[in-house]
Amino acid sequence: MIGLVASRLAQIGVTLAALSFVAFLLIGLMPGDPIALAIAGDPRLTAEDAARLRALQGLDTPILARYAAWAASVLSGEFGHSRLFARPVAELLWPALVSTLLLLGVAVVLSAGFGLLLGALAATRRRARGAVDGVAILAASAPTFWIGILLIILFAVTLGWLPAGGQSEEGGLDAVRFLVLPVATLAVAGLASWARHAASALTEALSAPWIVTARARGASQHRVLWGHALPNAAPPLVTLAALDAGALVGGALVTETVFARPGMGKLLYDAVMGSDLNLALIALLLIGGVTMAATLAADLAQRALDPRLRDAP
Amino acid sequence: MIRALLALLLLALPAAAQQRDTLTIGITQYPATFHPNIESMAAKSYILGFVRRPLTLYGQDWQLACSSCETLPTLENGLAVLETTPDGRPGIRVTWRIREGLRWGDGTPVTADDLRFAWEAGRAFETGFGPAEFYRRAYEFQSSHPREVTLRFDRVTFEYASAGDFQPLPAHLERAIWEADRRAYRSRTRYETDTTNPGLWNGPWRIAAVQPGAGVTLEPNPHWNGPPPAFRRIRVLTVENTPALEAQLLSGQIDMIAGELGLPLEQALALQRRAGSRFAPHFQPGLIYEHIDLNLDNPILADRRVRQALILSADRAQIVARLFDSRQPVAHSNVNPLDGVHDPDVRQWPFDPARARALLEEAGWRPGPDGIRRNVAGERLVLDFMTTAGNRSREQVQQVLAAGWRQVGIEMRVRNEPPRVFFSETVTRRRYGGLAMFAWISSPESVPRSTLHSDEIPTEARNWSGQNYTGFRNARMDEILERLPETLQRADRIPLWRELQAIYAEELPAIPLWFRADAHVWPPWLEGVRPTGHLNPSSLWAEEWRVRR
Repeated sequence: MIGLVASRLAQIGVTLAALSFVAFLLIGLMPGDPIALAIAGDPRLTAEDAARLRALQGLDTPILARYAAWAASVLSGEFGHSRLFARPVAELLWPALVSTLLLLGVAVVLSAGFGLLLGALAATRRRARGAVDGVAILAASAPTFWIGILLIILFAVTLGWLPAGGQSEEGGLDAVRFLVLPVATLAVAGLASWARHAASALTEALSAPWIVTARARGASQHRVLWGHALPNAAPPLVTLAALDAGALVGGALVTETVFARPGMGKLLYDAVMGSDLNLALIALLLIGGVTMAATLAADLAQRALDPRLRDAP
Repeated sequence: MIRALLALLLLALPAAAQQRDTLTIGITQYPATFHPNIESMAAKSYILGFVRRPLTLYGQDWQLACSSCETLPTLENGLAVLETTPDGRPGIRVTWRIREGLRWGDGTPVTADDLRFAWEAGRAFETGFGPAEFYRRAYEFQSSHPREVTLRFDRVTFEYASAGDFQPLPAHLERAIWEADRRAYRSRTRYETDTTNPGLWNGPWRIAAVQPGAGVTLEPNPHWNGPPPAFRRIRVLTVENTPALEAQLLSGQIDMIAGELGLPLEQALALQRRAGSRFAPHFQPGLIYEHIDLNLDNPILADRRVRQALILSADRAQIVARLFDSRQPVAHSNVNPLDGVHDPDVRQWPFDPARARALLEEAGWRPGPDGIRRNVAGERLVLDFMTTAGNRSREQVQQVLAAGWRQVGIEMRVRNEPPRVFFSETVTRRRYGGLAMFAWISSPESVPRSTLHSDEIPTEARNWSGQNYTGFRNARMDEILERLPETLQRADRIPLWRELQAIYAEELPAIPLWFRADAHVWPPWLEGVRPTGHLNPSSLWAEEWRVRR
């Protein structure tokens, strides 16, 4: 097991290095360096100013040299400044990450919880399957921004019960009020995949011979479902949770935009669109690293849940 | 019983008034920096309007005025003196005196040292201040009084009294940081690392809290000696998505939307129709000049008759009436009708498709079998028409214009691009083949040298600087653009401005469309907000904002 973890960690390191290189090239070669945009917007910038500002921002050196300098700086623990927000990158990432983790963490717990319940309902009551499928299809096909706007119109604009967006400055219960609508939007969006995966995994588990044995031994429906079927249906759901972990850190751009809520998705989008190479790269690496770590954790959890996987390479 | 109820009501009234000591403003952009001299962007100008006062500014009447100086320098009052530079060129020395009692938020007086520091930092080009032209020209700094500074310039222009971006920087806080490492000053300045330090701000408010990317909170500057501000707290929130901004307004989370960075006009008009009684919308025509640049290196567009046919077959008045509720004045040249140098007699092209067709015939473009005109070589009259993708208003206008031009036999190939690519690559490097629709913003009586002088055509050799994207070359225009800045008396400049507008309207290097209006949405209880329509935002006079009694 230790060998497996060590080799996977090495793979993660190599993948992150490759990811940083490719992302640096892709973002660095995107049309429109910041000085070109500044020139387009400010008639007072002369040719001399353009050359001076390019040199100051290191944009006059070859892209590979810039990557080498950036990588050396990151490896020495210096994450540098964001050009777009004129602040140290770490200072920007931390609040965005906390905000996103809170928002998406609650949303994932809710969508997983309700999704499991709906999946169990579909797996155990044949008549309910149609209704659960209907809910899942509706949730999957409704665009996130549309759900968000509907909720804002109803609960913020018409009823005035909840804020239409932004973040609380006071914390406590007020912060919860600001979370309700974006969390509900994301939870509805995530509900479909959880419900369908849970229904399919539980249906398969409930038709297994050991379930028949459990029923024959007089186990209650409740015990059969949650005590016997769910642990066996868990591996694909653990994979789903691992995939959600990447999104958890990557943020929910649409929801963050509709609800004007700062977070990782919005930060990454702004960084890429604003040619803030350093901020974009560090954010990407963070998201990539967490996604890969979550995949590794899911892998290990699956091995723990399913003994047949333990000897797999 | 009735008395008791009235008493309760009277008690409640002050409580309601107390709630109005906070004003929450929504804008659509967050500033990249709070440093007054690094980068220019509208969001920064708007927020800094509350917390800083420049030496000079353009007032609501579009005239240059003092803000934190005492008297505007003129040749007549002796604060500006013509002289010769040490190397024998014509020069000018200009003196500004800082208003008495102006203090930074930590109580330190604003002095000539603060301006000396700004000048030294600007002159040290490695500091990385944006446009350095002002500092290049201001070759000597003199100060004989703690509140008085004199700059000597090696070039004389009619704008000599304007201090522009030359603003005091708190030397007592910033000089040591700058002297320690000039190249790193951009990222180490307290404006970025300690933004809530009261000593950075000298306006009626100071920045009390910053939520990066989300907004700032302002509180009164206790050392401000001007009219006391009416609000105990101002929150400026950034909501980039305009439907979300509107939702926050309707739900009461924000009180007003600043027109300088607010809703697109069509969205504001729709809001006015739906909920006009809840708000006091105000549409302020401004300096943003919406137009279509024509690439004059394209042989089709090099023919002036084709350019004139294009404007004759563009029904601009109808578009403004239908799409913008006639809130935006049609442009007939690049000079705004609100600008004192605008010529009301400039040629005004009507909507006249018949005349457009005649001009195209004259230029050798005859109708083809598919309705699109062809020249003698059989080439179709097809042009690329580009604008910023995703800008719904521009894309709508583009569709209407393209349909109109098709009626006279000109086909437009729509090739829109994301703004980032469009501005930084396609337009700046003149890679658009035909028409490019976008907007310019300028200041009152701004000489359009960068957009019209033949020396300002962007090329790789000049680092793609210059904004003459059309490739316009006109010897008389070049001459006017060179003479205008050096003509010190306004009365002498007026004929030059008239001629400039006449050449522009006749030659049509670009098709003037309209001057954009800013949509301000205020609560009915707020009074005193006076938008300008130019680059100096309404927040520069925010101490005049009051709750209506």
